[in-house]
Amino acid sequence: MNNTQTIKPYLRLSGLEPLVVRPETNFINVGERTNVTGSKKFARLIREGHFEEALSVARQQVESGAQILDVNMDDALLDGEKAMTTFLNLLASEPDISRIPVMIDSSKFSVIEAGLKCLQGKCIVNSISLKEGEEKFIEHAIICQSYGASVVVMAFDENGQADTLEKRVSFCHRAYKILVDKVGYDPQDIIFDPNIFAIATGIEEHNNYAVEFIEACRRIKQLMPLAKISGGVSNVSFSFRGNDAVREAMHAVFLFHAIKAGLDMGIVNAGMIQIYDEIEPQLRELCEDAILNRREDATERLIAFAETVKAKGKTVEKDEAWRAGTVEQRLSHALVNGITDYIEADTEEARQKYPRPLEVIEGPLMDGMNIVGDLFGSGKMFLPQVVKSARVMKKSVAVLTPYIEAEKLELQAKNGGEIKSAGKILLATVKGDVHDIGKNIVGVVLGCNGYEIVDLGVMVPAEKILQAAREEKVDIIGLSGLITPSLDEMVHIARELKRQQFDIPLLIGGATTSRTHTAVKIAPEYENGVVHVLDASRSVTVTGNLLNKALSKNFLSDVKTEYTKLNEQFRNKKPVKQYLPIAEARKLKVDIDWAAYNPVKPAQLGTQVFDNYDLGEIAKYIDWQPFFIAWELHGKFPQILEDEVVGKEATRLYNEAQEMLKRIISEKWLRARAVIGLFPANAIADDTVSVTAIDGAEVPLEFLRQQIKKAPGQPNVSLADYIAPAATGKQDYIGGFAVTTGEGIEKWLEHFKKEHDDYSSIMLKALADRLAEAFTELLHERVRKEFWAYATDEHLTNDQLIKEEYLGIRPAPGYPACPEHTEKYKLFDLLNATEATGITLTESLAMYPAASVSGWYFANPQSRYFGLGKIEKDQVEDYAARKGWPLEEAERWLRPNLEYDM
Amino acid sequence: MKSLQECARERILIIDGAMGTMIQRYKLQESDYRGERFANYHTDVKGNSDLLSITQPAIIEAIHREYLEAGADIIETNTFSSTVIAQADYDMQSLAYEMNVAAVQVARRAADDYTRRNPDKPRFVAGAIGPLNKTLSISPDVNNPGFRSVTFDEVVNAYYEQVKALTEAGADLLLIETIFDTLNCKGAIFAIKKYFRDSGRPELPIMISGTITDASGRTLSGQTLEAFYISVMHAKPFSIGLNCALGGAQMRPYVEELANIASCYVSCYPNAGLPNTFGEYDEQPHETAHIIEDFAREGFVNIVGGCCGTTPDHIRHIAENVKTITPRPLPVVETTLA
Repeated sequence: MNNTQTIKPYLRLSGLEPLVVRPETNFINVGERTNVTGSKKFARLIREGHFEEALSVARQQVESGAQILDVNMDDALLDGEKAMTTFLNLLASEPDISRIPVMIDSSKFSVIEAGLKCLQGKCIVNSISLKEGEEKFIEHAIICQSYGASVVVMAFDENGQADTLEKRVSFCHRAYKILVDKVGYDPQDIIFDPNIFAIATGIEEHNNYAVEFIEACRRIKQLMPLAKISGGVSNVSFSFRGNDAVREAMHAVFLFHAIKAGLDMGIVNAGMIQIYDEIEPQLRELCEDAILNRREDATERLIAFAETVKAKGKTVEKDEAWRAGTVEQRLSHALVNGITDYIEADTEEARQKYPRPLEVIEGPLMDGMNIVGDLFGSGKMFLPQVVKSARVMKKSVAVLTPYIEAEKLELQAKNGGEIKSAGKILLATVKGDVHDIGKNIVGVVLGCNGYEIVDLGVMVPAEKILQAAREEKVDIIGLSGLITPSLDEMVHIARELKRQQFDIPLLIGGATTSRTHTAVKIAPEYENGVVHVLDASRSVTVTGNLLNKALSKNFLSDVKTEYTKLNEQFRNKKPVKQYLPIAEARKLKVDIDWAAYNPVKPAQLGTQVFDNYDLGEIAKYIDWQPFFIAWELHGKFPQILEDEVVGKEATRLYNEAQEMLKRIISEKWLRARAVIGLFPANAIADDTVSVTAIDGAEVPLEFLRQQIKKAPGQPNVSLADYIAPAATGKQDYIGGFAVTTGEGIEKWLEHFKKEHDDYSSIMLKALADRLAEAFTELLHERVRKEFWAYATDEHLTNDQLIKEEYLGIRPAPGYPACPEHTEKYKLFDLLNATEATGITLTESLAMYPAASVSGWYFANPQSRYFGLGKIEKDQVEDYAARKGWPLEEAERWLRPNLEYDM
Repeated sequence: MKSLQECARERILIIDGAMGTMIQRYKLQESDYRGERFANYHTDVKGNSDLLSITQPAIIEAIHREYLEAGADIIETNTFSSTVIAQADYDMQSLAYEMNVAAVQVARRAADDYTRRNPDKPRFVAGAIGPLNKTLSISPDVNNPGFRSVTFDEVVNAYYEQVKALTEAGADLLLIETIFDTLNCKGAIFAIKKYFRDSGRPELPIMISGTITDASGRTLSGQTLEAFYISVMHAKPFSIGLNCALGGAQMRPYVEELANIASCYVSCYPNAGLPNTFGEYDEQPHETAHIIEDFAREGFVNIVGGCCGTTPDHIRHIAENVKTITPRPLPVVETTLA
């Protein structure tokens, strides 16, 4: 047992199941339809006593992804206490609804207390406030506390509602101090509602309401980091009632900004949130103007637009234009937007188009789900939408399953008629985790390869997994999980397997899992084989190796050796070094004499896009050494070709690579795309550089500084040091780039896979990677000589380029000098990189296609590549504050660089 | 004398075993239950174990002493059903208060005697608060799922009286146990908080012990273990734990889970295995003790003992087996999101 066990001050709620609000929880949807003031239908059902039907409204909210259910019975015609009691008692007998926590919503405290008497779980009271004075407030708070409820506190005081930024913050702070100091409330159980008011009402004073709400969120979080923030989102668009298209767009834009500022939960129609990225651009722009109060005529312009939407009737809401696309585009659109209307027909069409039904899953469906994953990861899509997407996915897979089964039978018939399973595999998403898309795909893929799948579904407790494994006599157990806490659960299951003396291998998969985590935390707990499986396609090879008697022993011992090595590496990474406080480190900046230095203004500011760049030209810039390393041949190029030991093999490899490279170039296998951008920039703080984007917006880039104590006279470097501080009065510049040579590769990889030609497949990937790097090198040279033109007279050989003898550097977010990945979002936004190059960022900020490179350009002649190394908590805290993150978030992204144990 | 908190920091505390199993050994008849005072009572009272604190205090005290002799640090008062709601079965509602007082007195006498004899091992009296025979979250009428046979206010009033009696008669701590409906437990917590607010007395430590009914891992009212714990955290309990329904072997994953999530001490007093076809418990004292020892070695627990089917022998074995094992350290409860 761990002696340093800690309990975090998270907001914890419960219905039949727990809801723990962690920093990574993102946004919580509070279902709003079970509210008689907001839903005419629900009000009618309750008034007429149709409680059964009213329950179905609640069920619909849960199914659409509501994580908390708001229940409100405030209707003049109702006995609120009685209605609340009856409804909640009935709710308790519906486990599929009562699994989530309830938010008791009433302006009458007697109704709230009636609700509190019916709920076994830890609920939320919405709301109490200082409206009737401090004494009443304390009295109500004590009662809520005695029932163990969290409370929503409305930003009110004795004189009324908080309608300015200052009032919002000060009212909340006053209530907080009373609750924490006088009543003894846990800070994490306090949820503020800082009043979302309607904007774009035509009254000028209302225009800044959303801006002030968003800013209030930010300040409240700074002042009271443990408290939570909620709000009635639909208020913001009240002046557009009747026009759902505009309202939903406004909600999406409002949420996008408010969540970033700290909004934790909102009362929303869980089934109806639009995706920020999917809003029609013109409408989105208008909403941004109105929400952010960016221009004086924002309201008029939005109203004018709304009129056109109205005039066109329902056409905007039911835009069928997407039906004109290819079947792949249609599937992707249906997945991203959660539309099931055509999914069966489209799937059938795709099935006929693709040679094998499985390829529909692996191809267009997976592509669509990847987009969903990216949007979710970047906070542009919310859980209900993901649930909808998953439903589309499942419907589609259901269409394909009979064909996949038939194919399987056919294969069996061909192989002698005997129906013999290649092995039995148990799959489960571990307890506490609901994500099963990846696991289902693994199930389908393995099923197609002749394995019998025992799928236990999601949120499966360890005990149940072990029991099923024993009863079903499975050959392998596969665990999946997407959220961080699932990692601990997997460790727990490994321990249990050992304790209960299992001997079958354990596979670990899912987005948060990693080879290192598996090696360091899981594998040591269970000695009969723990293998991390990167993705569904890997699962087939791994399973094949494990269940092949001839291979399994070697395979497992190889894996074990590898994991032991990883584990040792991980644990040995702890040399004793000295570190400086960040304030000290900042005094040791790179010493640049700004008075004597005049930044070169780029010949061409703004962005420039390159498409179908000549691969032959690019190939001249290839650095071959990493190519050999990829093949695990170590040595300098070209000397390696003459090497005594590996020379022969290296030469053969090199020749075959040249052959393939020729075909890549002449047959245009790959499409080289890139975008570069050069922007005005100045350092505005020790580690912050402000960049002026094309639209004039100032984008702050956040950098990190070396903290290790160095020899006297050596600087503690931060990339920000290389940009002239604003205080010098000198305009400096920064550049950015995103380059890919990955487009087109899939077709060929598929081809090689079909041919079972792994060699060519790896070769192609390795070459594509090299080309991407070479393209980067080429463009950097052109930037130095032509586009920025700060080194017009540079003449370097390829060898010199490889040795980085040029002036200036091009570090990449996520790499040693600036290891924090999320800055990549800013880079991509500045460059509009996804649109320009087709490169997308995954939720963990990886670039897709894989053969892609991105980074910053620094022109200062003193700039050098460096590694950040380990940093201390003071800098992490400072960084978190700069990014507007909770510390935990910063630690998560910077984990490999933390000098301390979390 | 060391306080309960000090003792809990130092070692794993032992709570006693079954009261009912021990009473059965006396093979008491209707007349024994009635005693002189209720000789002419208008209804049968055999089976009302809590009445014995009034009519057969010597037997109850003897059972307490057996458990204290076996090594129990904490003994539970014979008050599992001493509420106006539960006593309605015997039409003895008006005796509920008195039962609590009598039960604390016999337990107090036995515990104090053992403390006096060995002041280094102080003994504590836990006022036992049972789950009631009526539930607040579950309808007894399958055709009317919204129906409830009892109201929250009635539950609070019943528990309030019990808490008042247990506290004023001198219990050292309060133990809400065998919880299968969390809302009933929340009623008890509400009553406890209200009583101590009203009386101005310092609040007694609260132990909360839930019951996972079967391998579904949920309470009878449908909550998962973590959801249950979250629902009662506001009591700021001295300990959270599990008892009844399952044997130690079946309880293990849930005890482990609690150990991972609980910010307070963790208790566990399982049944002596699962009942056989005759409803009897066969698990032997050394078997129970081995299971509990494993929990202790894993660092899951702070307070251990037995429930249905366990005897002083079980408690002796358990106490012996965990004697030298370090208790689960209290986790650090963080107050920032660091």
